[in-house]
Amino acid sequence: MGKVIVVTSGKGGVGKTTSTAALGAALAQNGERVVVVDFDVGLRNLDLVMGAERRVVYDLVNVIQGEAKLTQALIRDKRVETLYLLPASQTRDKENLTPEGVEKVIASLKNAFDWVICDSPAGIERGATLAMRHADVAIVVTNPEVSSVRDSDRIIGLLDSKTVKAENGEPMEKHLLLTRYDSARAERGDMLKVDDVLEILSIPLLGIIPESMDVLRASNVGAPVTLADGRSAPAMAYFEAARRLRGEILPVTIPGEKRGFFGKIFGRKAA
Amino acid sequence: MNLFRLFSRSQSAPAARERLQVLLAHDRASTGDSDLVTKLRDEILRAISKHMQVDSEKVSVKLERGIQVSTLIVDVEIPFDSARKAA
Repeated sequence: MGKVIVVTSGKGGVGKTTSTAALGAALAQNGERVVVVDFDVGLRNLDLVMGAERRVVYDLVNVIQGEAKLTQALIRDKRVETLYLLPASQTRDKENLTPEGVEKVIASLKNAFDWVICDSPAGIERGATLAMRHADVAIVVTNPEVSSVRDSDRIIGLLDSKTVKAENGEPMEKHLLLTRYDSARAERGDMLKVDDVLEILSIPLLGIIPESMDVLRASNVGAPVTLADGRSAPAMAYFEAARRLRGEILPVTIPGEKRGFFGKIFGRKAA
Repeated sequence: MNLFRLFSRSQSAPAARERLQVLLAHDRASTGDSDLVTKLRDEILRAISKHMQVDSEKVSVKLERGIQVSTLIVDVEIPFDSARKAA
C-alpha cells in the first residue's frame, strides 16, 4: 500500500509544481514506484514541468467520468521508468472533480504505487480541498515572505480539519518545505529566516530549497530539477528532502549559509 | 547602490516576523467567526436604539488588533434631540 502525499501551499507561485516534480523524480530515481497527480483542473502545468505535455491523451477528469481507464491516462516518464504522471484536464472545470471519483482514483493508485504525490492547485477551494482530502502526509510549500507564510498557516488549519485523517481524529503528518530561500538576504535581515518561519508555523522542516537559476532552467527544458542537473544546489536539497520523506533522519543544512569572505564581498552567485 | 543607503537601511525581516505573529494569532482565533465586528455593531446598535434614536450610519465599530490586547472602538454620534428625549 503506497503513501499519499499532498503538496500544498494556499498561495500560488511558491513552487508546488516544481517541488512535486522534483520530489517525485527523486523518489523514483531510487527505484520506488511513483505517480505524480495534477489536481489543478483547468490550469494544468505539471505535464509541462515534467516534459510530457505532448504525450497527454487522457486525464484525471476522463478517468473520474469513466471515459478512460486509469492505465490509459497514466504517462510513463521517458527518463525514469518507475515514474508516472496523471495529468489534469485543461479544458474541463473543477466541478468535474467529485469526492467519490477522487477517492476511487486515489485508492487504485495507492495499490499500484509506493508514492502517490498530489500537486494541489493554489487557493482553498474545491480542487485544493480534494487534493488534500485523502493524504497521509502533507508537504506545505512556503516562501520566506509574509503572504506565503500567512496562507500556509491557513492551509495547515484546513489540513487539521478537512482531511479524512482529521475527520477520523487522527493526527495529520505535516512537513514544511521552505522554497526560494536566499540565505544572503536572510543574513542581511531582509528576509525571514528559517527559524522565524518554523517558529511561526510550528511544523517540522522537510527541507530548504535555495533560490536558484537551476530551477527555471530545468522547467524551461521540461525536466524535474533532480533529473535536469542532479548536482545543482536545489536538486541536492530535493534529494535530501526525499530521503527525509522515506524516514531517514538527516540534519537540515541551510544552503549557501557558510560562504567565505570573498563570497560575502562579491555578493552571491545564483546557487 | 548608494553606500549611505546601504548602511543606514534598517532590517525589514523583524518587522515581517512581528506583523505575522500578531496577525496569525488573530487569524487562528477568529476562524469561523470572521464577521464578529458586524455582529457586534448590530447588537450594539439595537441596544442603543432601545433608549434613543440614532442614525445607523453614524455608528462605527472598529476592532484594533494588538499583541497583548485588542481595542474595541465604538463611536456613536447622538443627535441633540434624541439625547434630550432620553434624559
